[in-house]
Amino acid sequence: MDRKDFIKQLRRYQKGSISRRHFLGVTGLGTATAVLAASMPHLMTSRRAYAQDLGDQVNLTTWPDYHNPQNFEAFTEATGVKINVTVFGSNEEMFAKLKAGGTGWDVLVPTNYTIETYVGEDMFEPLDTAQLPNYNPEFYTDPRFTEPGTISGKTYAVHKNWGTTGYVINSAKVTDKPTSWKEFWDLTNTKYQGRTMVHDYQLTTIGNALKYFGYSFNSNDEKELAEAEKLLIDSKPNLFAINSDYKPSLINGDAYMSVCWTGDGKQLQKTDPAFQYILGKEGGEIWADFYAVPKGAPHRSAAYALIDFLLEPKANALEVEFHGYPVADKRVIDLLPKEIINDPILYPAAELLAPLEFGAAATLTNPARAEIMARFKSA
Amino acid sequence: MSAGADAIAAPATAQRKQSGRLLTALLLAPSALWFFVLLILPLAVVLIYSVGVRAPAGGYQAAFTFDNYLNLPARWTAFKNTLTLAPLGTLICLLAGYPLAYFLAVKSSARWRVLLLILVIVPFWTSFLIRTYAWIFILGGRGIPALLDSIGIPDVRLINTPFAVMCGIVYAYLPLMVFPIYVSLEKLDKRLLEASEDLGAGPFATFRQITLPLSAPGIITGCMLVFILLMGEYLIPQMLGGGKVFFIGNALVDLFLQSLNWPYGSAVAMALVAIMLVTVSLYLRATAATGGRRDASLI
Repeated sequence: MDRKDFIKQLRRYQKGSISRRHFLGVTGLGTATAVLAASMPHLMTSRRAYAQDLGDQVNLTTWPDYHNPQNFEAFTEATGVKINVTVFGSNEEMFAKLKAGGTGWDVLVPTNYTIETYVGEDMFEPLDTAQLPNYNPEFYTDPRFTEPGTISGKTYAVHKNWGTTGYVINSAKVTDKPTSWKEFWDLTNTKYQGRTMVHDYQLTTIGNALKYFGYSFNSNDEKELAEAEKLLIDSKPNLFAINSDYKPSLINGDAYMSVCWTGDGKQLQKTDPAFQYILGKEGGEIWADFYAVPKGAPHRSAAYALIDFLLEPKANALEVEFHGYPVADKRVIDLLPKEIINDPILYPAAELLAPLEFGAAATLTNPARAEIMARFKSA
Repeated sequence: MSAGADAIAAPATAQRKQSGRLLTALLLAPSALWFFVLLILPLAVVLIYSVGVRAPAGGYQAAFTFDNYLNLPARWTAFKNTLTLAPLGTLICLLAGYPLAYFLAVKSSARWRVLLLILVIVPFWTSFLIRTYAWIFILGGRGIPALLDSIGIPDVRLINTPFAVMCGIVYAYLPLMVFPIYVSLEKLDKRLLEASEDLGAGPFATFRQITLPLSAPGIITGCMLVFILLMGEYLIPQMLGGGKVFFIGNALVDLFLQSLNWPYGSAVAMALVAIMLVTVSLYLRATAATGGRRDASLI
């Protein structure tokens, strides 16, 4: 093929009249890339998968502010695959949407306690980990971060990052130094009436009301739930809002305290050092998010390429610097700056981590809890 | 002779009538299809779902039970709040919208009228969500409360109160009230007002006996538009009420998206439809007597 011919083919490809596969085939670039990749494994590791045809787009369904745009640009540059991002506010909504069907999603970021439900409904495909060379569970600090992704011996989801659910205070306004959930609720109902926010999410809101009494975050015990409900309903007139989008109100100075996830705590502190993130000493929630591929994903190979790209240690370290959630992969931790590893928000002290519990699927789907939440919100 | 002409004309008329009917049917077909596919069919699905049960992992599982309907009192507060808010919001919109529409239609000069009407429409060019967000900042701690604080009225809290919800509602729905009333007032024959004055009626009597009855169709249309939309309102209470004010719309969102109890959600939705049908038909019947009969079909 001479130069003129090559340019012609390139123009045809750019205009979209021939496919990438055809273009790479006729120009021999496909083979060249594959040969190059194979002969220089060190240089090309993260690009090994891309010699094959990945298509031109991949649909990623995730949470707000959860990925470094720099990585997305690099992925698109390396592969030509455009990433379409959809964000959700809750696992339930994500599940409901996928269950209703026709989403066209390729990669999904579910939280630990939902994976069992997705797999039970036959909505995830078992992952071909050979296509994810950057995924290696041996490097994870704690098996608890990888276990929820494996169901009856098959890997359905790979670990992305983890986090905790504590609370944030604006220390410029809240001068007490609370360390427990008991103080969180007591301050809400005494000194800082109308200044506290809780999530519009039964798992964390009811869970942390249970913690006031020292009960399990996952309790489904009728009597314990009744006590938590009473606390919630009694506190409601003293709450500023029931809303999972709490950052604007905190930054605006309308709210002083809020139930808060790790990364939001970190992002708030970056905005204003007066914001402090606190893990109640009674415990609370620890969670982990995963990457999964839904059954029938239309851009399956691009999905694997994207997951592998984001799990590559350097890219993953960039992710952490952006979203502010801790990762469990030692290779990534080694690349992180000291101030992140020593940050008590991201990597809390062992004695604070120990009492934390992973949310259970049964907690999330308990209809009694849904009704308590409805009564609380309508009280 | 004339009988023969009739005999010839009759089939032609019948034919014309028939083709007219065909044309009517053809013209109606798209909207009939639209209503069937996008209204009747989904409603049927909701009805079927409402007698089902929640699948263990959430969603719908086929069954035949009225438990969902028997369980409706569990959302009583949501119904109560909606049935308080919707009429109240409609009333406030009417009280605020009528003078504005009156001013636009009767008092303003023709030169200014177009500009003023455009000013009423202009907000619609911006996304509703963004306009509601603007209210969050206006009512939030750095908005009006900060202003009040600087003139010596400290610690006023406006955002996430029923007051904030009402502000958002009146702001959002006012144009829907103003336009129908404006249209009916604009058609008002000014000579009737002069006649009333000539006959010795004061301004108040003229308003009560002439203007108000003649603008009744606009009032009825405006109230229907605002009321029906308010019954399904979700966004404003969520954003300006801080999730603490719970309406049927919010209950539905939670049931479908959080607890994934689609059958119960369907029953709540059916109850809402039933309540709307009853209140709207009662309202139309009550207002038909006040002269709105002819134009009530406007909606």
